[in-house]
Amino acid sequence: MRYGGNTPCVEIRTDQGELLILDAGTGIKRLGADLEPDGPIHILLTHLHLDHVEGLRFFAPLWRPGAELHIWGPPSPLHTLEERIARAFSPPLFPLELADTAASVTFHDVPHETWEIGGVRIDAHSVSHPGPTLGYRLSANGSSFAYIPDHEPVLGVEMADLELEWISGHGLAAHADVLFHDCQFNEAEYSSRVGWGHSSVAHAVEFAQRSEVGRLVLFHHDPDRSDDGVDGLVERAQELWDGASAEPPIAACEGMTLDLA
Amino acid sequence: MEGRPQKHLALILARELASQLATATFIADATGGLVFFNEPAEEILGRTFAEAGPMPAEGWASQFKLEDLDGSPLPRERMPAAVALMEQRPAHGQLWMTGLDGQRRLVSITAAPLFSSPTEFVGMIALFWQEPTSGDG
Repeated sequence: MRYGGNTPCVEIRTDQGELLILDAGTGIKRLGADLEPDGPIHILLTHLHLDHVEGLRFFAPLWRPGAELHIWGPPSPLHTLEERIARAFSPPLFPLELADTAASVTFHDVPHETWEIGGVRIDAHSVSHPGPTLGYRLSANGSSFAYIPDHEPVLGVEMADLELEWISGHGLAAHADVLFHDCQFNEAEYSSRVGWGHSSVAHAVEFAQRSEVGRLVLFHHDPDRSDDGVDGLVERAQELWDGASAEPPIAACEGMTLDLA
Repeated sequence: MEGRPQKHLALILARELASQLATATFIADATGGLVFFNEPAEEILGRTFAEAGPMPAEGWASQFKLEDLDGSPLPRERMPAAVALMEQRPAHGQLWMTGLDGQRRLVSITAAPLFSSPTEFVGMIALFWQEPTSGDG
């Protein structure tokens, strides 16, 4: 497989060596196996759909005495983040309880205001996707990275008709150097999946172009999509892309490394 | 925030909902400013949103002449939209409304405050229904 088959997990390393992890999909298992952290690990969850948290239970540092984890996620009016995640750590879904983990784990609702972890300024905003869902913008040393993996930026209206401030997620993505954005569907597929909370390739491109990002990285590939199918989405995205000043879109793949310095 | 300011997601989704409704719908933000009204509301207001644009809190209520059912002027504190905004509770009422087109209509209004969390008030949505009057067919 050229693009990989794990569910979302993105490792962010700062110049200072600080580790931030975006989402805890199945990709986090492999990350955790190779990890020898010498400081706190921050996991920023966009939302709690299983494809974004199902790797957490298998994240080795969680079971390592002395490890320090901070898990950030969207607030909910009814239950704390810990209570919601604890559901995935309980029988019959899992044999162990959250209380059984060996690491020190602290749960945080993301704040409304910008906050900072290890020199990285972080903004989190609610974005359009079923259930409480966040997108993130990480900024450091003059570079910015926007991560909106599950997102339907407009629903039943034309993006072109909206002022920028009315487009979900725009505040996070505006002028980001790199944007990782949902591109689950091709245009034909999307027409029968309106309201599912995901984007067509046309949405992803239009959103990125209106946000004037430096580079669009197509993300959250449909699990049924073949590598050739993802290639087809990239070709379509590049066909739709008319930004002379920006890099043409590419698709995220397992193990991809981008340098934002 | 190093990106750009934008409307709260609850307002964005409310606008998208309103865009699909045949019921006149007005949306205000937490400051009370009118940030959107849909096409059916344009008929009541007598102007399109594209023409009128967003209006500050003190501006948009004065675009209408509102009267109680007995024809007396309706005080602001009894206007359902104002109740939803100022007291942050739902309100419903029936009243006479004269919009910019000069027509006097009997309307029912249901207004609800929008909270994105129990403590975060983000605005108000008001739905207007025109009621039949004795002069109607």
